[in-house]
Amino acid sequence: MSISLSHYLVLGAILFAISVVGIFLNRKNIIVLLMAIELMLLAVNLNFIAFSHFLGDTAGQVFVFFILTVAAAESAIGLAILVVLFRNLRTIHVEDINQMKG
Amino acid sequence: MTFQEFIFWFFATVLVFAALRVITARNPVHAALFLVLAFCTSAGIWIQLEAEFLGIALILVYVGAVMVLFLFVVMMLDINLTRLREGFWSYLPVGAVVALLLVVEMALVLAGPWFGLAEAPRPEPAPEGYSNTKELGRLLYTDYVYPFELAAVILLVAIVAAIALTLRRRKHGKYIDPAQQVSVRREDRVRMVSMPAEKKEGGS
Repeated sequence: MSISLSHYLVLGAILFAISVVGIFLNRKNIIVLLMAIELMLLAVNLNFIAFSHFLGDTAGQVFVFFILTVAAAESAIGLAILVVLFRNLRTIHVEDINQMKG
Repeated sequence: MTFQEFIFWFFATVLVFAALRVITARNPVHAALFLVLAFCTSAGIWIQLEAEFLGIALILVYVGAVMVLFLFVVMMLDINLTRLREGFWSYLPVGAVVALLLVVEMALVLAGPWFGLAEAPRPEPAPEGYSNTKELGRLLYTDYVYPFELAAVILLVAIVAAIALTLRRRKHGKYIDPAQQVSVRREDRVRMVSMPAEKKEGGS
């Protein structure tokens, strides 16, 4: 059995499911939450690249390029917010961040 | 088993293992390091899928910049690990059930015979002299030049936002506004005092 498109897609699905569980399990830990989001984006990118390869369309790779850009911006701003939060509250525990009562 | 298949199964195993360790690692530093492993492995899979430029970019940009940023922040913050792990095990059953359902559902659709995804022929390897980077660059600077510039604006906004968020002015800094320095006038600094001349005392 040679490696087909489904193999890559199922691998992406498994990766995505793992990161969903990661968000469930580490509900208290913002840093690992951010990492789980990165993992999710990685799974999506894998799907894009697999389709791009098997359908012979380079547009998928261009899209991955843009996803990488946005993900890098997202994690940079997320970590900056985290640093500011820690500086002001001396904690990053989710339950201590209730000043906005959201 | 051909070499291609071996590469795929090996990298897939390592990738799933690394992803599992990212979400279960007790120490966030370990989680970040396993995320680095996951990125490197998937870069390998991408290169196997003939997306060489993106594979290298993933390692250079993600492992080289974003993950180092993660590690910096994780090590800079003083984290109470035991509090962060509260409720970890109580969420595990429901999380595992949801994940299993997700995987089964997606596998049913993606690996089933309905869309012919399993039979999709593996395309011929790119001809000699074909450059993935060149092709991507051609697309980016012609068809996708407008999105490309938007991406540049997004990065600029991210830079400005990150600096604006984390920049802080020190309370007791000896900082002087250059504009104030330049616009200073003589009257602000020198005070002319007119006082009567002192008389000379006794012969000297």
